[in-house]
Parts: sequence; structure tokens; C-alpha cells
Amino acid sequence: PLRRYASPGIALARSAEEPSATTEDGGESHRHGGGFQMVQWEWSYVQTPYIIAIWILVASVAKILFHFSQRFTTVVPESCMLILLGLVLGGIVLLTSKKQLYQLEPGLFFLFLLPTIVGDAGYFMPARLFFDNLGAILLYAVVGTLWNAFCTGFCLYGVKLLGVIDQKVQAGLMEFLLFGALISAVDPVAVLAVFEEVHVNETLFIIVFGESLLNDAVTVVLYKVYMSFVEVGPENVQTADYFKGVASFLIVSIGGTMVGLIFAALLAFITRFTKKVRIIEPLLVFLMVYLAYLTAELFSLSAILSMTFCGIGCNKYVEANISQKSRTTVKYTMKTLASIAETIIFIFLGISAVDKSKWAWDTGLISCTLIFIFVFRALGVVMQTWVLNWFRLVPLDKIDQVVMSYGGLRGAVAFALVVLLDAERVPAKDYFVATTIIVVFFTVMFQGLTIKPLVNWLKVPRATNRKPTINEEIHERAFDHCLTAVEDIAGLNGYHHWRDKWEQFDKNYLSKLLLRKSVYRKSELWEVYQKINIRDAISVIDQGGNVLTSARLSLPSMASRASFPEVTNVTNYLRENGSGVCLDLQVIDNVPGAKVEEESETHHFLAGNLYKPRRRYQSHYSRHFMTVGDHERQDREIFQRNMKSRMETFKTTRHKRHSHKKDRSQKKAGIPKRNDWISCGGASGVEDEKGEHLEPEKEEDVGITFVARKVPDTPKERPKSGVSEPSMAPPSPTCSERNLPWKGGIGTLPVCVSMEATKIIPIDLQQAWNQSISSLESLASPPGPVEPLHPASAPLQAGRAEEGALSDQEQELQPLMSSSVRPPGPPPPPPLAQGLGRRRNPCVYLRSLVTAPPPGSEPLARSRGPTQL
Amino acid sequence: MIWCAAVLPNTNTNSMNRWFSCFLFNIVTPAHIVRLYDRFEALDKEKTGHLRPQDFGAINRLAMNPIGDRIIGAFFSPGQETVDFHSFVRILAHFRPADKKRPKDPSMPEPVNSRTSKLKFAFQLYDQDKDGKISRAELLQVLRSMLEMQVTEEQLESIADRTIQEADLDKDDAISFEEFRKSLEKVNIDHKMSIRFLR
Repeated sequence: PLRRYASPGIALARSAEEPSATTEDGGESHRHGGGFQMVQWEWSYVQTPYIIAIWILVASVAKILFHFSQRFTTVVPESCMLILLGLVLGGIVLLTSKKQLYQLEPGLFFLFLLPTIVGDAGYFMPARLFFDNLGAILLYAVVGTLWNAFCTGFCLYGVKLLGVIDQKVQAGLMEFLLFGALISAVDPVAVLAVFEEVHVNETLFIIVFGESLLNDAVTVVLYKVYMSFVEVGPENVQTADYFKGVASFLIVSIGGTMVGLIFAALLAFITRFTKKVRIIEPLLVFLMVYLAYLTAELFSLSAILSMTFCGIGCNKYVEANISQKSRTTVKYTMKTLASIAETIIFIFLGISAVDKSKWAWDTGLISCTLIFIFVFRALGVVMQTWVLNWFRLVPLDKIDQVVMSYGGLRGAVAFALVVLLDAERVPAKDYFVATTIIVVFFTVMFQGLTIKPLVNWLKVPRATNRKPTINEEIHERAFDHCLTAVEDIAGLNGYHHWRDKWEQFDKNYLSKLLLRKSVYRKSELWEVYQKINIRDAISVIDQGGNVLTSARLSLPSMASRASFPEVTNVTNYLRENGSGVCLDLQVIDNVPGAKVEEESETHHFLAGNLYKPRRRYQSHYSRHFMTVGDHERQDREIFQRNMKSRMETFKTTRHKRHSHKKDRSQKKAGIPKRNDWISCGGASGVEDEKGEHLEPEKEEDVGITFVARKVPDTPKERPKSGVSEPSMAPPSPTCSERNLPWKGGIGTLPVCVSMEATKIIPIDLQQAWNQSISSLESLASPPGPVEPLHPASAPLQAGRAEEGALSDQEQELQPLMSSSVRPPGPPPPPPLAQGLGRRRNPCVYLRSLVTAPPPGSEPLARSRGPTQL
Repeated sequence: MIWCAAVLPNTNTNSMNRWFSCFLFNIVTPAHIVRLYDRFEALDKEKTGHLRPQDFGAINRLAMNPIGDRIIGAFFSPGQETVDFHSFVRILAHFRPADKKRPKDPSMPEPVNSRTSKLKFAFQLYDQDKDGKISRAELLQVLRSMLEMQVTEEQLESIADRTIQEADLDKDDAISFEEFRKSLEKVNIDHKMSIRFLR
């Protein structure tokens, strides 16, 4: 399909670019012209990927443009706009080259575009919701589609006999049944595109969407059966063939599902062992899901079913096995691919329509088809719902039925199937193609445009985009158990009974086999709890809040290692701050804007000016991230030893100061330890890295958040913490990120830091910690009564969310300390800092040295929180 | 009444009257009664017309249910050792889906399958000491049984703490019924606490 797709591209490119660029002929003549060519026109070499890339670019730009106007996009669905754009582009192509070069190629569509969308849909399918409604979905998908197909086919044939359809449309019963089969299937791409913007309630969505996915088997079988019937001729069809059709349906659907489930199990099993090569986890997910699709296609089973069930089946185990970063990668990549595929599909649907060969218009056929598919859809929905409501706990009411009937959108699958028809065997192909295009455009554009007002008008319950709270999670679990128990007491094996049985089986066998040991031991509810905590923390940060100030915040992941007498959490913290869920920066702590700015400048300055060479040396790139070479480890060791001895000498030579300690005690209670970053005396820098005493966290995903804090200088200076801008972690951490203990667990956790740093420190290291703290405290306090003179503190915080930026900083700080080199001449610090740093005290805070504002410093919030590990 | 007597030979007249009243309140339909009575008799091994806790305990799968004993306990009103058929039906009727078609009649007592009743039933599964509050210890017990040995005590405690903090509006370190209801405000209780067969 790719080649077919690309070949017209050459022509287009030629026709479009000939005036401006060298033609291929020209290039060739140059080539033969003799000698070495400095620049060559290598169009034929790059054309295929080039054209694909250009189309993707067009699709992306189109998407961006549509979303410029918020008001416009809320009214008009994106799919409509894309089809319109496709029509315009198709018109341009037609005008320039007199012939339509592009159309939605079935091969391209079925092998590349559709799988991306189905894969995304399957993998992120809400499994519980899907299986809760599986009965309804299956009924609509199988019975509904069959009903639509037969009724539409027979009625079109009847109308043809009545003479409403022109005689030019040469089609018999079999052709009409074939057409009915391909036109009757609700299309997943269109449904997804339209319903995503409508936000009807989950049940309604899952029924319509699930139907559109699962009806694939029916469509595939009907299509194949009728194709073979058309080929042999209707008069040669024997009774046995009908039974073969039924058997084929069972094989195609069940076989497809089985293939999907097998691949799901395989995928889950493989991800059990990717701990050392996290980097390929996302790839594995894509690969196996896609392979499920291709394998089903290989055996001519239902590929959509296979992929859907592969996604549903593997999701739980894969998500638990792979790292948080991989999860994010999978999610974003899938969504990106699906979104771009959807865009391309709709653009190409538009382009395909602008083609003279497809304008075989027959008003009778088109209008009858439109009426029939709408009427039979509505009839089918009403009848099936009537039956279903006998069995459903929550009956589907009339409004639901209206939306379901109206949401029966046809789309690209129908188009691709009709294009695949053989024009020699089906003489009316052109008419069918034209009709399909009109039907698709009508359903996607007209119904897509009007479904939103309709839903509003009918007051269909909407989906809430709300994540469940821990209370809901717990109680709903309890409800499930409760219902199971009641079913057992009442002595019937209902839905809950079987679900419970499945869960037992899953827990006892499947999870044991498919989940990592470390994951298996974790409780699901505990995971949920952690997720909720993380979500809270992220939302706090997103809102510019500040998670570090509250002395009672705790890192959820730490709770298992050190039991907190009073474990609290962000939500509670939020509540106590009186702001409910949303947390305002000002509410927590007054963080003057100037300070933030200053700190960000500090950071920027540090990042920009300090010890690049050393950093390059230290950073270590690895394809399989996380491998730390012995070499680096050794370096680290040497460095640590140097640091220790250095500190010891400092300790002995310096007189201790305790004034600072007092300041500290005045501060908020519950901040036991800090990691103070000190740079001493312009010439010799000393830093205590207590963090070095800590072991890196074992579990990759559970990390420590590290906060460095400058020793507060003025008594009134209160401990504050900044919140880092949440940003993605760098793809491949540098070696120092790995080596620095507080960097050990790069991964999931957002900035959510325990104030009770001591608790996290392994007990055997506690003493070392304390020693260095005390030694450092003496160092940290400047020799003179400097408090009033100190500049605004500009501490560092290496929050998890900003590892990237901050690790740089830290890397650059280390050489400073170890080699006792003066920081490279920073511009004169602001007056205050200068006053303190230069004149009064050899012990200069690193930060005061570097507060000179570098141009264009990016705003990067700094933490003023206490040291955290 | 004749029909009732035919179906329920063992029930005495008094309990039959009460049962009939619950029938009038449209709690369960006759078909359900028949079905549940069969089940009741099957459970009532000694044919006493009353079920004892050990009768429930004989249900195999119930023994595997982490909160099974609490649910059994919910069938027995305080101080009572047995449950008769009427109470049996009445408890099970909690799980009947709410009837949307039936007009709300303020003069009628609230049906047992209303949202509040369902929530009350769930609440008393937690609130074992019946003081109207889910204390931290009570919540911990439920969590422990639901999570089995998969989590450490610290993890359990942090989950429990968080749960209480999230729901606890009056800062008494316990969840009252009102708070319980508030915390589940967004949940469609009628869907989550109903069983289809009772429809």
C-alpha cells in the first residue's frame, strides 16, 4: 500500500515543484554532465518517506489551526473540519494535476492507520466498564449489525425492483446485500472522533464505541461471504455455504479474540523481565499490540477484535510491570499516533471524494441508503434495547436510545471496504463508492455536527472527568464484595459472582504469572492510594502551589520504609489550608515574586557558567539507561572521600557557631534536618553532601526527592519552599543523576517531599548523617553576626519534577567543591550578597555568588524548603 | 394472603403480616419472594424457620469473602441470634435497584432500596460498634480484611489515615454517616449497590 500510495506522489511533487526546483530530468543530466556534483536532487530516493512526512505535517498543522479558535472548535467537530480541508486539498490537487492522485488507500488504512486508532482504543479501554456492559455491546455489535446489514440490503434490492434506483446501477440481491453489509457497520474512527467531543456518559459511550469495535467481526465475515457469493454467482450458492458463513463468523470472532488474548499474555509476560532495559518497554507494547493485529489479519481473523482484546487484556499487567516513564511514553505515543492517524483518515476521506471517477451519482440509491441506514439503525436500537432492558440492571432509557441511534456513524472502514470491491465483479462499484462517500460525509458531518446540540437538548447525562477519591475507591471495593456476598447468600450465580471468581483466578494464577514479583506483592488499593497522592501533589504543583512548606507532608512511598506517627498527605494539607482542593501559591506561604526570580536567575547562572567540562566528563550516556559503570562509581567514591577529609579539616579549624541553630529552632517545627549547600570562601569551596551517605533507593520508580536549602540567614527568614515547574524528566539520565543518592530513584514521584527527612534515612546511616549535620552547622553559620546582612536566601531544590534542570546544577556544583576552584568569575552579585559574601565572611554562600541576573533567565522556581531526602 | 400462606407454609401469621406489609411497600415482587423462600429453606438446614449465623457460614464462597462475616452480621439485628424470613427478605431488598417510575411519595416511609438505605447498609458494615461513626480502627479492620496480607501495616495505616482525612469534615478523626454520604456523593449508589435479579 505504501508504494501505491507514494507513486502518485512523484507526479504531484513534480507537477507542484517543477517550476521552483530542479526537475528529476535536470538532475540526471547534471549527473551525466560529468564530475562530482556538490548538490544533487535526490527526490526519487527520499520521495516515499518525504511525502508521508509532509502529509503528517499537513495533518498536524491542520489540527493546530483548528484549535486556534476555542469557540469554533466547541461547535464544529474536528472531523468535519478535516473532511472539509480534505475536500479543499483534493480540489487543489485535482486542479493542478487534472486527476486525483490521492485517495484513502485500503491497504494503508487497514495496515497502518486503523491499527493505531484501534490500538489506542483497546489499550486504554476502561476494562471494568467494558465488561460490565459486554452483554449489551455484543448484542448491538452482532445482532444489530446483522439486522442493519440484511435490512438495508434487502430493502435496497426491493427499492431497486420498484424502480426508484436507476437502471444504470447494475446490482442484484447479492450486490445489495454486500453493500448493506459494508455500509451498516458503525465505524470506530468516526464514533471516537465525534463522541470524544460530545462527552456523553460513560455507559452510553462504551456501548456505542464497543459496538463499533466488536462489529468488525460481523462486517468482515459478511463482506467475505457476500464477496464469495458474488464471485460464484448467487445461483450457485448452496445451503451449506450459509452454514459455512455462520461457522466462519464464529471462527473469525473467537479466533481474533483468542489471538488478541494470547498476545496480551505474551506481552505481559515479556514486560515482567524488562527491568534492566526499561527503555524498550514502550516499544514492546506497540510491537506486540500491532503484531496481534497483523497476526489476526494474517489468518484473516478479525484484526480489530484481536487488537482490542490484546489491549484490554494486557493493560492491567503491562501498566503494573513497566516503569512510570514508560507508561507516560506509551500513553503519549499512542495518543499522538491515534490522533494523527485520525486526522489523516479524515483528510484523505475528504480528498478521496474529489475524484471524477467517484462521481457516479444516483439520487435514488443515495437517498434510499441514507434513509434505510438511519431508520433501521433506530429500529434496531429500539428493539434490542427493549430486549436488553429485561436483563440490564440499569435500563437504557429513551434518551440513551436516541443518542445511540443517532450516534451510529459510518466512516472510513466502510469507505475502505467499498474501495476494495472488484469493479469487474461488482459493476455498480462506482455507485456504491459514491453512495458510501455521501453516507460517510452525511453521518460524520451532519450527525457529528448536530449530535452535540441534540445531546444538550435531551439533557443526556454527561461524563464527569473526575478521578475517584480514595474513599470512593475503598467503598466501591467494599460494595463489590458486598454484592458478591449477597449474590452468594441469595444463591444465584450472577454477574458479581463470576466477576469475583475471575478476580480470584486472576489473583491466584494470572497475576502470579504475568506480574513482576515486586509488583505482585503490592496491593492494588495501595497503588491507587499512591496514585491519588501523586495526583494531588501534581495538581498542587500545577496550580503553582507549594508542597514543601507543610511540615506534615509525607512522601507516600516512604511510608512503608519508615512508619510515620502521623502520616498526612496533600489532600489533608490542602484542606487545612482552607482552600479545598485547589491550592493557591499565596495561601501556603508568601513567596515574593522577586525571590523566585532571583532564584531562577541563580539557577540559570549556575547552569550556564559552572564547569561544563567536568560535567561532560561526568555525564554518561547509556542506551539502556541506568547502567552505572564501575568507572563512574569509583570516581564518585574518590570524590566522596575527598569531601569527607576536607570537611574534617574544616571542622577542626573552625570554631563552632550555634547562633544559627537557634534560628533554626525558631522556624517551623518538624523540620529536623537540612542539607545545606555551602560554598566557603571565594577560593576554597566546601560543601557538605550529606546526601552521599544515603543509599540510592532500590526501586527505580520510587525515588527520593532532594531539596537543598541554603542556611537561612535572617531570623525572620522563614523556611519556604518553592515549587518546581513540572517538567518531563530527561530521557536519559546522566551518570550523576544515577550516582547521587538523592537521585537514585528517578521516576514517578512528583515533588512531594517529606519533611521528616530523618525518617527516611536508613538507620545505620543516621549517625553519619547527624555528624555531618553538626559539623556542617558550624560551617554553615558565618563567623560574624551576619544575619541581617544576608541576602535573600536562594536555596536549591532538586525536586523530582525538575530533575533535568537541577541535576545539571548539582553536577556543576560538585567540581566546584572537590577541586576547590573558585567559581568562574560571576558578574558582581547583587549588593546584599556581595556585602555578605565578599567582605564579611570567607564562607560565602554559593548562591550569593551567583545571583547576578544572567540575561534571559528562564523562570524556574526554587525551593526554599528545607533539605529533604 | 391465601397465596402467601400457600407459598410460606412455615411462617406464622404475625411474620406473614409483616411480610405482607413489605410486599405492599413494593419492596420485592412475589416472584422474588418465591425464589428467596426457596433459598431460605435451602439455607435453613434444620427447618426451624430461622437462620443462624452458622447457616450463613455454610455458604462456601461467603467464607472466602473478605467482608463476608460483616455481611452475615448485618442480617442479625443487635441481640438477636436468628433471622426469620421476613428480615432476610428485608435485608436483601436493600440491593434492589431503585424504581425510577414510582412517584416519590413523601408520606410513605423511605423504601429500603433508596439511596440512603443502601448507604446506611454499607455504613453499618464498617461501623461495627454502632456508634454512628467509622473510627480509624474500624476502617483499618475493613481495609485489613480487604487487602489481606498484601500490604504492610504502615501502608494500611496511611491509607486509612488518608481516607479519614479526606472524608472527615468535622475533624473528629472518624467518619460519620453524613460524611460517608458526602464522600460518596458523586457515586451512583443505585448502580453500585444493586443486584439485577431483584429488579
